[in-house]
Amino acid sequence: MPEHNNSVVVEKLVKRFGDFVAVDQLNLEIRKGEVFGFLGPNGAGKSTTIRMLCGLLTPTSGRALVAGHDVGREPEAVRQNIGYMSQKFSLYNDLKVIENIRLFAGLYSVPSNMLSERIEWALRMANLKGQENLITGTLPGGWKQRLALGCAVLHKPPVIFLDEPTSGVDPISRRQFWDLIHQMAEEGVTIFVTTHYMEEAEYCNRLALIFRGKMVALGAPSEVKRNSMKGELLLAECEPLGKAVEVLQSAPDVIDAAVFGNALHLVVRDAAAAVPQVEKYLSDQGISVGRIEKIRPSLEDVFVSLTTARDAGEERKA
Amino acid sequence: MSYTRLLAVAKKEVIQILRDSRSLIIIVIMPPILVLLFGYGVNLDLKGLPVYVYDRDGSQQSQDLLKRFQASDYFHIVRVVNGYPALTRALDDGHAKMGLVVPWDFSERLRAGGPVQVQALVDGTDDNTANVLIGYTQAVVQGYSSDIQLNWLREHGQAVQPAPVSVETRTWYNEDLESSAFIVPGVLALVMSVIGAFLASLTIAREWERGTMEQLISTPVSALEIMLGKLTPYFVLGMADVVVCALIAIYWFQVPLRGSFLTLLVSSAMFLVAVLSLGFFISVVAKSQLAASQIALLVAFLPAFLLSGFLYAIEQMPIPLQWITRILPARYYVSVLKKIFLKGMPAALLYADLIPLAVFTVVLALLATRAFHKRLA
Repeated sequence: MPEHNNSVVVEKLVKRFGDFVAVDQLNLEIRKGEVFGFLGPNGAGKSTTIRMLCGLLTPTSGRALVAGHDVGREPEAVRQNIGYMSQKFSLYNDLKVIENIRLFAGLYSVPSNMLSERIEWALRMANLKGQENLITGTLPGGWKQRLALGCAVLHKPPVIFLDEPTSGVDPISRRQFWDLIHQMAEEGVTIFVTTHYMEEAEYCNRLALIFRGKMVALGAPSEVKRNSMKGELLLAECEPLGKAVEVLQSAPDVIDAAVFGNALHLVVRDAAAAVPQVEKYLSDQGISVGRIEKIRPSLEDVFVSLTTARDAGEERKA
Repeated sequence: MSYTRLLAVAKKEVIQILRDSRSLIIIVIMPPILVLLFGYGVNLDLKGLPVYVYDRDGSQQSQDLLKRFQASDYFHIVRVVNGYPALTRALDDGHAKMGLVVPWDFSERLRAGGPVQVQALVDGTDDNTANVLIGYTQAVVQGYSSDIQLNWLREHGQAVQPAPVSVETRTWYNEDLESSAFIVPGVLALVMSVIGAFLASLTIAREWERGTMEQLISTPVSALEIMLGKLTPYFVLGMADVVVCALIAIYWFQVPLRGSFLTLLVSSAMFLVAVLSLGFFISVVAKSQLAASQIALLVAFLPAFLLSGFLYAIEQMPIPLQWITRILPARYYVSVLKKIFLKGMPAALLYADLIPLAVFTVVLALLATRAFHKRLA
């Protein structure tokens, strides 16, 4: 029975809003103690998925088990076993820090003999010792996020869902936040986290790329990078960039071209063969070429490559 | 049902109420102000109505008549003028509600035993006041006339027989016909409607609007625990307001409380649960504070104000409106209030009002528990 080792099992999960399919036939298995990243652009279906897994939205079809409980049939059992942090900060801004903590300790029925210990733990974890009596609304973004995490895990849930936990938080706070996430994972907590920061995805044990409700890649970050590129990646510095990207779109050996910073990333079938051809092609068009070399793809490259491939496929169908 | 979770929600709600000055004003300041406003401001009693007099006769007899007006509580002779223009101006300006004109041959014609007419010019802009004025004026003049008749008979050696038939009136329940006694108990219904429906209508909508609902419903707290946790503080505060308003009515406005205080509390609790449930239901359906508060105003506050019998007698409304009042919990509550305060009816005799009130309370409470689900969208 694979379900015993898995904290989250998702089978053919579908969510439709009218004609719009937000989540389309999603299958997932997430192991206990795993930090699982859910990546995708805004509107890809990340929040909808997470909300179904927390029992906040009813799936249109398919099923999902969280900590062994069916989200459609036993949402309350699911809720006792999860911590959830929504995308938008949703603690009470007009309550004090300590009042928010006490409220959620009560809502999660933290037993009274553990209460003071858990409150103490949450304050330390959120680095808010001594700030208990501040009104929550006055805290800076990073502090709020840590407080929200603290409140969501007061009852030591085995599974935590974090919906874009670090959006709008400064880089240092983001780093600290990920340290907290890894600490909890080491203690055996399963963490399901959505993000659209590609560099954050590298912190995950495994990740799924989701695009328009469908999963387009799944695996460890290194696997995804290795397996999901259709071809090899070249970096090309050239001038002017805009014209270069335009002409390379229609070049015979180039599968895809995109601007990354002040250079181009080109997807080609065979890097060694493509370098001289691309150089010649560009200079024939009057574009000056600087450095051009094979590079290792980042997750962003993989993502762009996968999503453009899918777009092209859909255009052909249409 | 977990009391730990219910208590957590209730505590949070209390903290939020205490930090929100708008809620505090509605709970602490508004109820006594409403009682005072209606106790003093809405005075349907007519006393000391300003009267201008144009006495064209200036005789002993005309003075006798005017003294009778002066002696009455209902009239206040502001000024004696000597001409129609001044009288007309006083009525135009609203300085006088009535102008009284005694004809120049008043005493002469009286002496001759002939009929004589006194003219009363009445400001009819407010029909109610005008009617009352005319009634009082006729009564005063009638009294004067019959005294003259009696005197004439006596002077002519006749056996004096006062008017053979007369009505001996006695007013029950509100002996002095004080309108504050009629109005003030009903203010309780108004206060409860505001506290109950208006404040409860904000509870759920506020959580949706501020985005806190998503976090709240991701926890194991049940829909019923959320509802009871949110409404209990308002129930306790609302009952405190009932007591405060009742004390003001009894000790400040001297409204007699003839029935039992317990019956008052029980019926108030029923009505409060009904309006809280209604407000909660509205809050669930409306999802925005603005829409919710407007709907609450429309379905709870205005009917309690206009159709409950609090200010205007239901029996005098058009028949369709009378039917509508039957589906208003406020109607039954106001009726109970008046019966408890003024008639001192025991609870056992109030069933005609208490049973419908109880039915509404149960139905609305069930409706509210069914309305709210822990789901997004």
